[in-house]
Amino acid sequence: MSTKLPKVPAVIVGMGWAGGIIAAELTKAGIPVVGLERGKERTTNDYLMGHDELRFQHRTELMQDLSKETITHRNNPNMRALPMRSYGTFIVGDGVGGAGSHWNGQTYRFLPYDFEIKTLTEEKYGANKLGPEYTLQDWGMTYDEIEPYYDTFEKMAGISGETVEMYGHRSNPYPTGPMVKTPTFELFEEATKKFGYHPYMIPSGNLSENYTNPDGIARGACQYCAYCENFGCEYGAKADPVVTVIPVAKETGNLDLRTHSNVTQILNDGTKATGVVYVNTITGEEFEQPADVVIVTSYVFNNVRLLLNSNIGTPYNPETGEGSIGKNYCYQVSAGATTLFYDDKSFNNYAGAGALGIEIPDFAGDNFDHSDVNFIHGSGIRMTQYGNRPIAINHTPSGTPSWGAEFKKQSIKYANSTLQVKSQGASIPHKDNYLDLDPEYKDAYGMPLLRMTYDYTEQDKELVKYMAKVTRKIAEEIGADHYETSEEQAPFNVNVDTNTHNTGGVIMGADPETSAVNSYLQMWEAENVFVIGASAFPHNSSFNPTGTIGALSYRASEGIIKYLEDGGGLLV
Amino acid sequence: MEESEKYQLDEKGSSRRKFLRNSGVAAGGVVVGSVLGGLIGFGEKEPKETAINHEHAATPAANPNAALMFFTPDQYQTTIAATERIFPADDNGPGAADLNVAIYIDHQLASPWGINAKDYMLGAFYKAEATQQEQVRILRKDLFLLGLKGLDDYSAKKFDSKFTSLDAQQQDEVLTDFEKGEHKLSGVSSSIFFGLLRMLTIEGAYADPMYGGNKDMEGWAMRKFPGSRMNFNNEVVSKEFIELEPESLQSHMGH
Repeated sequence: MSTKLPKVPAVIVGMGWAGGIIAAELTKAGIPVVGLERGKERTTNDYLMGHDELRFQHRTELMQDLSKETITHRNNPNMRALPMRSYGTFIVGDGVGGAGSHWNGQTYRFLPYDFEIKTLTEEKYGANKLGPEYTLQDWGMTYDEIEPYYDTFEKMAGISGETVEMYGHRSNPYPTGPMVKTPTFELFEEATKKFGYHPYMIPSGNLSENYTNPDGIARGACQYCAYCENFGCEYGAKADPVVTVIPVAKETGNLDLRTHSNVTQILNDGTKATGVVYVNTITGEEFEQPADVVIVTSYVFNNVRLLLNSNIGTPYNPETGEGSIGKNYCYQVSAGATTLFYDDKSFNNYAGAGALGIEIPDFAGDNFDHSDVNFIHGSGIRMTQYGNRPIAINHTPSGTPSWGAEFKKQSIKYANSTLQVKSQGASIPHKDNYLDLDPEYKDAYGMPLLRMTYDYTEQDKELVKYMAKVTRKIAEEIGADHYETSEEQAPFNVNVDTNTHNTGGVIMGADPETSAVNSYLQMWEAENVFVIGASAFPHNSSFNPTGTIGALSYRASEGIIKYLEDGGGLLV
Repeated sequence: MEESEKYQLDEKGSSRRKFLRNSGVAAGGVVVGSVLGGLIGFGEKEPKETAINHEHAATPAANPNAALMFFTPDQYQTTIAATERIFPADDNGPGAADLNVAIYIDHQLASPWGINAKDYMLGAFYKAEATQQEQVRILRKDLFLLGLKGLDDYSAKKFDSKFTSLDAQQQDEVLTDFEKGEHKLSGVSSSIFFGLLRMLTIEGAYADPMYGGNKDMEGWAMRKFPGSRMNFNNEVVSKEFIELEPESLQSHMGH
């Protein structure tokens, strides 16, 4: 039986960026908060032996332990979903800091077009640009409304970047200047400018210079050591909840952070939550934590799964289109890259940083005319320099065997002699891409796993074909000895490492019929449950999601504080 | 190498100074860059002469890590032979055999990873479609041994010999057939074993040497990979390629 604990004003499920930001804002406002994190406590001490490609990247040290919980996947409703037994296509964060510890640090804002995508697309291209199977929705919040929250997040995290004229307006410049422009980025810059494009340095959560944020947290500049994605930053140069919002929340004395605490259920009376049940993953003890407000901040999969397992909200039904929990699961499309091979040039590509990159805005959102193409939105066309690690990166020209003498020769020859012009494309929702509970598979605590039904759509395939031509054109302008372009989008395959930006399932909007949460991330059907994460995105843009999650977390914090002050009620 | 070694020392000194300067990272008494404590002594890396007397060590240069914790000697020899075909010695430098890749694999299979400790192993194992993940019930350590036995069985059938006695071309033929899944191991296609073998070979060539492979960091040196340095502030902006002597995680140990 579970031990019932004293009631608290607010309980948070998951202590990554969203949970950390909300914990900091609530505790600074004097509100006692219990933070529940299924993984371990973490400080920069945990990162001291961090430059270990095998342990952190290939053995996924910082990620969710799949022996306890995973997802099942099928490409369409006619298939049987099978469990993702080990990591392949995406990684899922775990522990204090969550995915905010292992991320690369690319910190974009979404476009004004994103927030009103349905309205703006129909205004310009008519109601039939995409078929009715694409469940496109506005976000219930405009860019102008979210802008101040982006600004707050960027100042807290110390984002390094430069203003881009073709994107939404900024109330302030980035708090720190852009990262260094590498010699290969100069090649990209020169080539793209020749076509009239507008290259800019990717906004970065790896600090370009020393920085002290409004909370008084001081961090040192990035050393370009090349261990960001999959790794924690032992310098604290990379923005991470562990070195920013978590210590601030702890300092107030109002945060009761409990690690190894896996929430299995939100208790509720059908209209409101009364608390949560959690299991200590080490001892197996079960606890009930009553609370006035339940704040669910477990990115995407566990947000959706917890609501479905708790019978909160109406599950999405792909047959009727009704219901919202699990709706509009989106991803990103990463095919379309061109690799450049050089026979007698080497680059220092072992050096780098997770958010070290250069990009053009000219093919994002509606920054180019879509009248004559069969897709909407677009891609960030970019060159990045994360630091090529030797187990992961072994580019060889096509036709090279994957092992043996020729593989060794070619992979070593090109170890420091390839560049890539890449495309990261937006993902538009489709009625058959959704999340629900698996009918068969369970987690280690006996709760059903989340089932993902997902495949790339015709829209995605058209986008990739178009962007592949763009990356090829830019690559040829840069010039190399050989080029390889991935011209087509293959079916989604859970084994293939592509992209880790899963979104949707608890989407925001202005209409309770078509969305799960309002613009304060408050659930329409349970006013004291707030659900924050990329789960709130009604579609996924071409940009990395963290900047928008950060902004929504500040927005939600404001709403939760108001909700507690008002003593209840829908905020919108 | 003299130039790059000199560069390395300069770089390290400057890195440490710069880092310490940047590390006044505290907020309201909360130290956020707690790396500081761990890095004291970092960069002062003249390896201190130890007072240990080596008179009892028969071969002071021997690597105590290069011993078996999982394989039998025969399994070890088969692993050496197979991995050497995946990643053979050539003009670039050593192959899997000389990089101690088989030692690396032995240690990995003896680790929690060898028993799939962090994999989802619950529920039914149905046959997967092409876009789904292979559903393999057999633990990695058992799968690898099945594969090694399979190499010998298949070699006996095809060439009337065990795998280690075949010439290189015959070994390649066997491995190619395994890659294509043409030999059925009990319960699983040989291609699943081959995928594991290939992956472990690349890892063993390039993982930090503390795991037992990448002997003397020669895997890294071959591809001019500098290992785990604390900063690349100069390299990242240099138009010229800078070749650095590799460093392993041991250099992060401080003392």
